[in-house]
Amino acid sequence: MLEIKNLHASVEEKEILRGINLKVNAGEVHAIMGPNGSGKSTLANVLAGRPEYSVTGGEIMYEGKDLLQMAPEIRAREGVFLAFQYPVELPGVNNTTFLRTALNEARKHRNEPEVSAGAFLAMLKKKMQLVEMPDTLLSRAVNEGFSGGEKKRNEILQMAVLEPKLAILDETDSGLDIDALRIVASGVNKLRSTDNAIIVVTHYQRLLNYIVPDFVHVLYKGKIVKSGTKELALELEEKGYDWVKDETLTAA
Amino acid sequence: MTENSQTKNWYLSLFKDFEARLNGERSKPVHALRRAAMDRFAQIDFPSLRDEEWRFTDISPLLKHSFSYSAKKEGMVPSRDDISRFLFGGFESHVVVFVNGFYSGSLSRLLPLPKGVVIGSLAESLKEDDGRISAHLSDQVGSGLDAFTALNLAFTLDGLYINVPGGAVVDRPVHALFVSAGDEKIISQPRNLIVAGKNSQIRLIEHYVTLRSGEYFTNSVTDVVIEGNAVVDTVRLQSENLEAYHVATTTAFVHTNGTYESHAVSNGASIYRHNLNVALNGEGASTTLEGLYLTAGDQLSDTHSMIDHAAPNCTSGEHYKGILDGNSRAVFNGKIMVRQGAQKTSSYQENRNIILSEEAKVDTKPQLEIFADDVKCSHGATVGQLSKESLFYLKSRGIGEEQAKLILIYAFASDVLKNIKEDEVRVELEKVLSTRFLKGI
Repeated sequence: MLEIKNLHASVEEKEILRGINLKVNAGEVHAIMGPNGSGKSTLANVLAGRPEYSVTGGEIMYEGKDLLQMAPEIRAREGVFLAFQYPVELPGVNNTTFLRTALNEARKHRNEPEVSAGAFLAMLKKKMQLVEMPDTLLSRAVNEGFSGGEKKRNEILQMAVLEPKLAILDETDSGLDIDALRIVASGVNKLRSTDNAIIVVTHYQRLLNYIVPDFVHVLYKGKIVKSGTKELALELEEKGYDWVKDETLTAA
Repeated sequence: MTENSQTKNWYLSLFKDFEARLNGERSKPVHALRRAAMDRFAQIDFPSLRDEEWRFTDISPLLKHSFSYSAKKEGMVPSRDDISRFLFGGFESHVVVFVNGFYSGSLSRLLPLPKGVVIGSLAESLKEDDGRISAHLSDQVGSGLDAFTALNLAFTLDGLYINVPGGAVVDRPVHALFVSAGDEKIISQPRNLIVAGKNSQIRLIEHYVTLRSGEYFTNSVTDVVIEGNAVVDTVRLQSENLEAYHVATTTAFVHTNGTYESHAVSNGASIYRHNLNVALNGEGASTTLEGLYLTAGDQLSDTHSMIDHAAPNCTSGEHYKGILDGNSRAVFNGKIMVRQGAQKTSSYQENRNIILSEEAKVDTKPQLEIFADDVKCSHGATVGQLSKESLFYLKSRGIGEEQAKLILIYAFASDVLKNIKEDEVRVELEKVLSTRFLKGI
């Protein structure tokens, strides 16, 4: 589904990603871990097409197409979804209208008929149960005045509505208490299927107790320095990131 | 000779011509007022950039033109079909139509009204005036006219007149439609007077529209008198064509426990200036002034408001927003005066602007003059761009650039539009927003 080859990217002239290689197949969950500043969030944002990040080398193939040639909105309509680390508040933009507009843009892109307001609402109510989201948040402006946990749940609700093929969760666990974490993770798990893939970007192993990955990759200084299965996350938890840093130094 | 004095001389000679054609009307008391206004006009000049109140608003393009006064002409009256597009679909209201400043009985239609309520033409009402209308106009002469209000009064022939007697409630709003038509270079100068007696209520939509192209000049004056406990809610919509000039002066006098609400939305005219003055003269009076100005191309929009807290326990709230594109300019000047005796005044003011282009420019200035010591006043102003974060967030959900911008523009405008009580009007304004910015952005 996704193949990243020798990806280099920089922000404000500073090189952050220095040759990432990663292959993700449908049905897989990949965790990207790494210390602060290793480039985890950069990778997530490059995949979503954030304009502040410039790709200076390498390629990303998504479903056989060149992802880097697509505008962010086209990537989204093609099934790429980024759950933001810091979801943006949109005062004056109604949450339900926003979700329906987004869904209909994707449907138009796939030459499917638009969903009526009534049909959408019925579908939305079901999806909301996945993330235990109260109805009141629907009539409010997108993320405005939402608590940290509500914002993250709203991200997963968007994911549930848009049904992406490739979802990237950027530090979705940050700032969540254990209950909120459980709700968010269980929402994500219900959306797992053999047709879609999920990339979980996280600093801590904690989230991976709930969203169990098939593969774990450790990112350090803009490169994947170690890949393994879920046991690697536990090892990291135990030994800390210094272990990887030391190993990388020794290898160099 | 400067442009300013040339233009002034033009209007002085135009007045002589106007006077000569008035025929029998010259002997009426209102004509003495016209002359007094013209005498005042002769003493003062049109404002220039040297005047503090006009520092950012260059009206020299307006002064380059020699506009003729509009004369009532048969055959120029638009048809019902022509104006139907301005009537907000099935909106149920009292419709009063003015063409180039003159009342059109054939286009106007009123719903049944409570006893004693008058809605119609100032000219007609002046014919049967018991002295109250002329007394009001005469007060205005005494209170110091500027060049534009003097010019308006000097040529006053007609305008909207509403008189709601004490206790009367007009349920459906009055939709006053000011239509510019024809192809001559004219100045149209409606003089509007709304008097709301004690405990009365009325809602008004003062709507300036155009059926013509080319340059013309609308110089309107609207006075609103709100007696004890009365409630007046006005929506002022300015949609002149993009070559037109529009100078407007609105003055509200709010007495004890009276309420004045104003929602001003503008998207037309090459140069637009709105002087909005509210005098909170009686204890417990309150006012809310909201506005939205949309500019693009080379348009200039200027709102100068003055809220005069002249009595204790009055409240005022002001919230104006601007969306600017192209090479346009906007000016917002919000003066709040709290006089010595006006204790327990509560007042806030907010002006927020979004600039969509590199070239557009806003000058915004709060101006608080406070002479009482027990007051609560706040103000704030911002000028910014659409948030890149927000745009990316919308795009990352599959919403394209144009629509994402439009969603954010709607959202920005929504908190000043949402308080417009008439749904049909609000929906129409939302349409204006989208047609205005879909192409431009």
